[in-house]
Amino acid sequence: MQILSSILFIALAVVGISFFAINAKKIYRNIKLGQSVDRTDNPSERWKNMLLIAFGQKKMFSRPIPALLHLAIYVAFIITQIELIEIFIDGIFGTHRVFKDSLGQLYTFIISLIELVSLGALIATIAFLSRRNLLKLPRLNKEELLGWPKKDGNIILMMELVLVFCIFTMNGTDEALYNMGASHYANGTQGSFGFAISQHLGPAIFGSMSEGTLHFLERVGWWGHFAMVLAFLNYLYFSKHLHILLAFPNTYFANLRPLGQLDNLQSVTNEVKLMMDPNADPFAAPAPDADATPAKFGASDVQDLNWVQLLNAYSCTECGRCTSSCPANITGKKLSPRNIMMKTRDRLEEVGKNIDANKGTFIDDGKSLLNDYITPEELWACTSCNACVQECPIEISPLSIIMDMRRFLVMEQSAAPMELNTMMTNIENNGAPWQYNQMDRLNWKDEN
Amino acid sequence: MSENLIVPTMAEMMAKGEQPEVLFWVGCSGSFDDRAKKITKAFVRILNRANVSFAVLGAEESCTGDPAKRAGNEFAFQMQAIMNIQVFDAYEVKKIVTACPHCFNTLKNEYPELGGKYEVVHHTEFLKSLLESGRLTIEGGQFKGKRITFHDPCYLGRANKIYEAPRDLIQKLDAELVEMKRAKANGLCCGAGGAQMFKEPEKGTKDVNMERTDDALEVKPDIIAAGCPFCNTMLTDGVKFNHKEGEIQVLDVAELIANAQDL
Ligand code: SF4
Ligand code: SF4
Repeated sequence: MQILSSILFIALAVVGISFFAINAKKIYRNIKLGQSVDRTDNPSERWKNMLLIAFGQKKMFSRPIPALLHLAIYVAFIITQIELIEIFIDGIFGTHRVFKDSLGQLYTFIISLIELVSLGALIATIAFLSRRNLLKLPRLNKEELLGWPKKDGNIILMMELVLVFCIFTMNGTDEALYNMGASHYANGTQGSFGFAISQHLGPAIFGSMSEGTLHFLERVGWWGHFAMVLAFLNYLYFSKHLHILLAFPNTYFANLRPLGQLDNLQSVTNEVKLMMDPNADPFAAPAPDADATPAKFGASDVQDLNWVQLLNAYSCTECGRCTSSCPANITGKKLSPRNIMMKTRDRLEEVGKNIDANKGTFIDDGKSLLNDYITPEELWACTSCNACVQECPIEISPLSIIMDMRRFLVMEQSAAPMELNTMMTNIENNGAPWQYNQMDRLNWKDEN
Repeated sequence: MSENLIVPTMAEMMAKGEQPEVLFWVGCSGSFDDRAKKITKAFVRILNRANVSFAVLGAEESCTGDPAKRAGNEFAFQMQAIMNIQVFDAYEVKKIVTACPHCFNTLKNEYPELGGKYEVVHHTEFLKSLLESGRLTIEGGQFKGKRITFHDPCYLGRANKIYEAPRDLIQKLDAELVEMKRAKANGLCCGAGGAQMFKEPEKGTKDVNMERTDDALEVKPDIIAAGCPFCNTMLTDGVKFNHKEGEIQVLDVAELIANAQDL
């Protein structure tokens, strides 16, 4: 019986973890479909950002109440992992609460802590569920969340509920068993584990049950906890909850330059310099450092974006803080920076599946991120105000994707709105966005 | 009105063998837009009063290329930038001051990668440094006790984290600085950035500048202060739309200071 249980446990763990590894590899491959960009400078500042923003949740606190609730779930998530180590050892070797004897008081303390933060997480989860479904917070009920994203948000909260119930069932029943001298841990001696919550909860709820029922329920809690963790791990791949892992690299590789500084297109610089250099020989062989394949200007599909932008898309939490601060969205335009991130991820997933189906190479599917997912109307509504970037709790930049796609529209397709074409022609001809003569630039001096 | 503005150009300075302390980059709006020209002149009056040795490029100035870059036209941007950098370098420019946050941002952050590295300051920072060094003194004058709210231009605030310089200047006027509910890093765009100034807005329920004007009107100001010619236009339109132009003025920080000094 014990052997059987160990075998089942190991099998479940191996299957669950391998499955996750396969999907994690896919995510890594998909992110690598992006263009290269160097984000290795200034490692000390990058580590600091990661510690403060991802680990320390710094940017969350611009909204203190959700920040505290989120923190409760986050801390619970991290601390519960300690218990998971014990579950693994017990599961494989058929032991029961293997750390209790060696850790003694410390063990009681750790499990009590887990129970307390789990209670916090329970409260937060219920608050989050009602915020989504009863209070219908606007930023969590926008159009782009209809369907799967909304379900996703609820599923994960339900999973958390189950997890917390499993913990309390497991500890509560074991406490009741210990009270009657029947816990597997204590080998017949009576006592109490003394865990902060379950020492009260256990007797109160489970105290009147038979030993057999208690043993059964204890196992339900224990296996339930373990199974839930594996399920959660594998669910991440399909969910916005990937951010619990990717927020870390995402903040590490985030842009460190001033928000107003758009990147410089080196391929354009090379051409412009050539155009402006009177001594340049137009028929000369291209410089050796010029890209072998002629560069495409801007981005029309996910492969044209850089890998950090693709990592951004997988990391997005769909919290909508960006969208609720976006002036275009606030005033009813179609643009939603959150939706830009979600659509980028959707398209990236589609491209990834295409590659899987075609033995490792992408076969043109006649679709692209531009038009099929993101429309020019959305792109042209952006004021480049950076509110979305400022707001994002994990340093995602929807603006950088918008800008790259505008570049494609303008430089590859000459598809800017007409007034912008006029503006750009004026700049080229008169050195000003309006049709004034450059010679008149100082006229203001003598005007009244 | 004879203004007697002293506005030397770099070319004139060069001819005299002089090098000004700072180049005043006027920008397209400050050169051509009727409303913005007043800001330009107000700033020059202050520079004259404080005896700052400065010069402008005049006809040698050209667009920084910012609206082209934000519209996605990297070619037009880089052509402008490289030409401007050649002019700066010919005059050995070291320090640039400008009253336009878009010019400021582009010159400061985007020119270096194309070879143009200068010390670039926004005029509110420059004015603050004039005060701190005692070259300029201001008194409240007509603004004493007035309710003034400051709209953070995105390209000054979020883009470059300059929030305090304009506020410090306003407080020097003994005015009551009132903050809108969305201010500083949470500020709302005026709707002009990212080349929006040059086109009709996309379809929506409201124009961005109206939303922003409502934020400002909510705090019942006497004056809405801005530090950007584009924000100024957008908010002025918003105030007019609400028929409040009789009660509420939209003024640049430089105008506040120049007016306080009766310049
Ligand atoms: S930068 Fe563009 S997308 Fe982002 S908040 Fe501003 S207008 Fe919206
Ligand atoms: S981009 Fe950032 S702010 Fe916007 S929804 Fe995603 S995680 Fe939230």
